[in-house]
Amino acid sequence: MKLGTEEIAKYPFLTEAGNYLREKGFTLEQFGSDSDLKPIIELAINRIQTAADGKIFNSDFSIKNLDKEVFSFLIAVILLKQSGMNTLIKRFSLSEARRAEKFLEKDLVNLHTNDELAIKIIKDLFSMNVTKSGDYFVIPASDYLMHAVHFHEQEWKLVNRLVDGGNVFLSAHEAVRLIRKELDNYISKKINSANIPDLPESFRSSINTLLDLAKKFKVQIIETTEQPPCVKHALEILSKGENLPHSGRFMLATYLLNKGQTIEEVAPLFKNAPDYNEKITLYQLKHLAGNFGSGTKYACPSCEKLKSENLCFATPECANIVNPLQFGRKKITNA
Amino acid sequence: MHEKDVKFLEDAFKKYYFEHFDLIHTPKNPEMREFGYQKFNSGMNRHISLKSDKELHLMLMKNIPSDVYCSNAKYSFPNLPMAEKDWQNADLIFDIDAKDLHLPCRVSHTTKKCSICSSVFSNTDSCPQCNSTKFETTSLLCNECILGAKKEVTKLISILTTDLGIYSENIIVYYSGNEGFHIHASVPEYEKLDSRHRAELVDYLTFRGAIPETFGARTNFTKSTFPDLDDRGWLGRVSRAVFNSKSNKQKISKQIISDGYFSFKKKIESLQQEIGVKIDPNVTIDVHRIFRLGGTINSKSGLTKMRCTDISKFNPGLDACFIDESDVTVEANCPVSFKLKNKKFGPYQKERITIPKYAAVYLLCKGCASVV
Repeated sequence: MKLGTEEIAKYPFLTEAGNYLREKGFTLEQFGSDSDLKPIIELAINRIQTAADGKIFNSDFSIKNLDKEVFSFLIAVILLKQSGMNTLIKRFSLSEARRAEKFLEKDLVNLHTNDELAIKIIKDLFSMNVTKSGDYFVIPASDYLMHAVHFHEQEWKLVNRLVDGGNVFLSAHEAVRLIRKELDNYISKKINSANIPDLPESFRSSINTLLDLAKKFKVQIIETTEQPPCVKHALEILSKGENLPHSGRFMLATYLLNKGQTIEEVAPLFKNAPDYNEKITLYQLKHLAGNFGSGTKYACPSCEKLKSENLCFATPECANIVNPLQFGRKKITNA
Repeated sequence: MHEKDVKFLEDAFKKYYFEHFDLIHTPKNPEMREFGYQKFNSGMNRHISLKSDKELHLMLMKNIPSDVYCSNAKYSFPNLPMAEKDWQNADLIFDIDAKDLHLPCRVSHTTKKCSICSSVFSNTDSCPQCNSTKFETTSLLCNECILGAKKEVTKLISILTTDLGIYSENIIVYYSGNEGFHIHASVPEYEKLDSRHRAELVDYLTFRGAIPETFGARTNFTKSTFPDLDDRGWLGRVSRAVFNSKSNKQKISKQIISDGYFSFKKKIESLQQEIGVKIDPNVTIDVHRIFRLGGTINSKSGLTKMRCTDISKFNPGLDACFIDESDVTVEANCPVSFKLKNKKFGPYQKERITIPKYAAVYLLCKGCASVV
């Protein structure tokens, strides 16, 4: 599909943007040395700074600025890759995803056919089939489930959606919001996999600016030793000699193993279970700890999964965590 | 289980398998499935690969299993250890079990076997012989429970076909062989879903996690407008459950608004019991499960996991009972009566009785009798 400059400016993460830069015949050296191109470097830094502040970069779509728009994104990608600052890359990709989201939403609303760029981006990059039907954007329920699983807010649960005939009916805003995480991942993947030659020395000061910017995002993590209510509940059931379902045992074992306890420390907890068998318990714990087969260490199930299995006993202290392993962990940032 | 009881059951099961190969088939793509089986008094044998009905029938005759299972998942290498199987996709499966319905009739058809002295009793919370409170419970076939489970199956199929767009010809309903039903749905779009996605699907079907905002609650609750009875999906189902008829809507809406947001929230949550489908979440979420194979006997009852073409007419005690009628003498201790092939049996109090083999097999499988 041949894209116009405005479309490339809206969605600069598309492969077409890189081709556009090449077509224009610019080299990295030029960006480092040509004073006429300096405003693009400044705009790129500004774009990263905006993202670092948790805001969305405001684009200027006047004809004369379209090239600047596209190139500033590409230069930002190069600078970020070179800086290696993961926090900045994450913040940038999220902010750029949210920026693109705004354009996608607008483009969806103004859609005339089901064959336009916004639909193509959603379909080709994120394997989500979306079609317009009246005021709704219709997505197959299976596609919805695969994308909505990244959300933890209740409103995104399938049960809180209009589902009919195997399809989920969404507004343009919701349809686009559904792929934010993937769009974010797509952009950060693009940055991390960007093949960048050695940057000219003239870029050094820009890189240093980014390194300074990243400093304020250093995170200190404080952790309490208290156990989450689901784990406490499982331990209580076992201590009473009552039957804890398989899914509960799996949660308890994976939680404790992931918290660093050894198999020998975890095994005795199951002694009280009505069907306790030492040999089987040890075998299963070794399996969960990744001591067999492919060596996969099993992860502790998410809070959402535990809710489905009736194993969640959330208290206010859980405070929107998504996995029991996060319980009691507090992040303190300098930002 | 005593050796002679095992021998008796194995003979009965072998005869069934030999005479009913026509009922036992491998599912689609057998070469990609993992099979497993259990023998009486023994553990599970799994990671077995069978490529055809013929190989399956041979396995049955060779091993005379008490229970036979097959994965709903398809793998590139089904006989390798789990981590190396290379999971491809899995049919959607649902388990509706009467025990999860908690119907009031349950206590009247549940027997308890003391873990200390093996006495069989019902209706009391401790063993009348030794006062022990440790016991295993077994439930016998009950018409009310089967009716309750059938109601859930109908609810499930309605949501699968209308909301999820699954064609009814792609849905197969089986009687589980004990107290419930297994529903298999084979739809390419849903087969690729992993367990996290299936957990969401389970929440949809069980109506778990619904919030008042979905059903019309606004930030200013007095401005709320509630769904219509003929709305699609859960909107309509909730509306029908809350208002019952169109003529009631205005009056009840006013009442809901005057009762406030939290009362409405509670109402939505309480509807889960009434309108949500009572499936076992673990079965649907697990994409590596081996699930009882259709046409094989369930060793918890001696009845067959049988395909139901018309669930409303399906009678488990008649339509899934294939063991022969030859007379057998057993020592029975079963305080609860039950019906098989339209004939009532029991209650029996530690007595030697001569009954048809199918009833003897049922009692032995329930742990309520022993071969003399």
